Amino acid sequence: MSDHSVAASPEITYQPEHTGGTKRLWQVFWLLSAVTIVELAMGYSMTKQAGWVDKSSGLGMFFVGAIVILSLAKAYYIVGVFMHLGSELKNFRLTIVVPLLLFVWFIIAFLWDGSSWLDLRNTNGGSRPAPVEQKAPAAKEPGAKD
Amino acid sequence: MSATSIPKNVRWWNGGRSPFNASYGKVMMWYFLMSDAFTFGAFIISYATLRFSQNSWVDANQVFNAFPGLGHADLPLAFVSLMTFILIASSVTMVLAVHAGHHMDRKGVKKYMIMTIIGGAMFLGCQAWEWTHLLMGEHFVLGVNGTIDAMNTTVSHNPWGNLQLDKTAALNALKATSPDIMKQMILSHDHHANLSALNDGQIMAKASELINAGHLSIGTPGPKSFGSYFFGITGFHGFHVFSGVVINVIMYLKAHRGDFDQRGHYEMIEKAGLYWHFVDLVWVFVFLCFYLI
Repeated sequence: MSDHSVAASPEITYQPEHTGGTKRLWQVFWLLSAVTIVELAMGYSMTKQAGWVDKSSGLGMFFVGAIVILSLAKAYYIVGVFMHLGSELKNFRLTIVVPLLLFVWFIIAFLWDGSSWLDLRNTNGGSRPAPVEQKAPAAKEPGAKD
Repeated sequence: MSATSIPKNVRWWNGGRSPFNASYGKVMMWYFLMSDAFTFGAFIISYATLRFSQNSWVDANQVFNAFPGLGHADLPLAFVSLMTFILIASSVTMVLAVHAGHHMDRKGVKKYMIMTIIGGAMFLGCQAWEWTHLLMGEHFVLGVNGTIDAMNTTVSHNPWGNLQLDKTAALNALKATSPDIMKQMILSHDHHANLSALNDGQIMAKASELINAGHLSIGTPGPKSFGSYFFGITGFHGFHVFSGVVINVIMYLKAHRGDFDQRGHYEMIEKAGLYWHFVDLVWVFVFLCFYLI
């Protein structure tokens, strides 16, 4: 087991030491499973079948945001540990991670577009006013945010 | 996890060595995966944009609530959780194969590659079942002509509107509906119903009875783009899983033949592993966007 492989190519100057056991890998496996279970619990609470949390309520919005953040955390651990990007050189890591920042613009721009389409759809291209949602003000709790 | 001890003052860009301290193949695998991430990202963001532009979307928990062998049980998230755990498990066996490769442990590589291949095949089987369930499952919805139509979920049809007709509206629509559709409605409730002896009036009476008793509900069609995005994106992901399984089988055979021992390193397992983990990574987001929220 202590027998190390030779360098995969002459381009590799320093062969990483693979002395670590599999403990870290199993830790990440259990972490990913636990995070998935938490995501599922939050997702399940918002299903019609369970009916515990309304998706458009404050808690529902919090759950949706939390599920997105937990998914990003899962991605971080898969890429960092399973794909070993965490043990690559920093300059290589940056060539992968920096271009992915385009997604920040990408998501903001296109969701903005989507809500603009929704607005055009509901106002017939701006030629009629947006439908006013009928809400009973009494149903609101005092001080509660929309 | 592996502790690299690289001196601080190495001049990486002076030539003669990879400034990334990685082989050409591995670097290019990373860049391929990055471009693939943009492809998947574009698909998913396009889906999100269209979903944002609709006043109502499909309730995924009504669509994906079946489990093989459990009939009409209403189990949201159950089957997709199974698929997710299969992929997480196959990811850890893949990284264990890479780990065994670092230690030139051919037996370990073969063992973990077999487990990874089985996990991938199980995932594909689950997806095949889910697709079949959606493509074959007929739902009765209010059509454009005011009649009831039988509709399955395809790239151009979506029976999963958020509105259900009340009984009066359903019975009204039933009056204009063809007897063939009514026969299907009765058979969907009772697979063994013998309808050959009944005339049209009796069939309508039977169908009305089912609606009145609450055994059959009539829905409305949902946004058409749901099916094309669902089948398009899960299909593109499923094709990645399929090609990943093929790559893993080739890697297993090469390990079995001793090619990597001869070469002196198991870096090919590492590159195949990068691809396989990427497939798991994409699933995290497909799972998020189609099933969870």
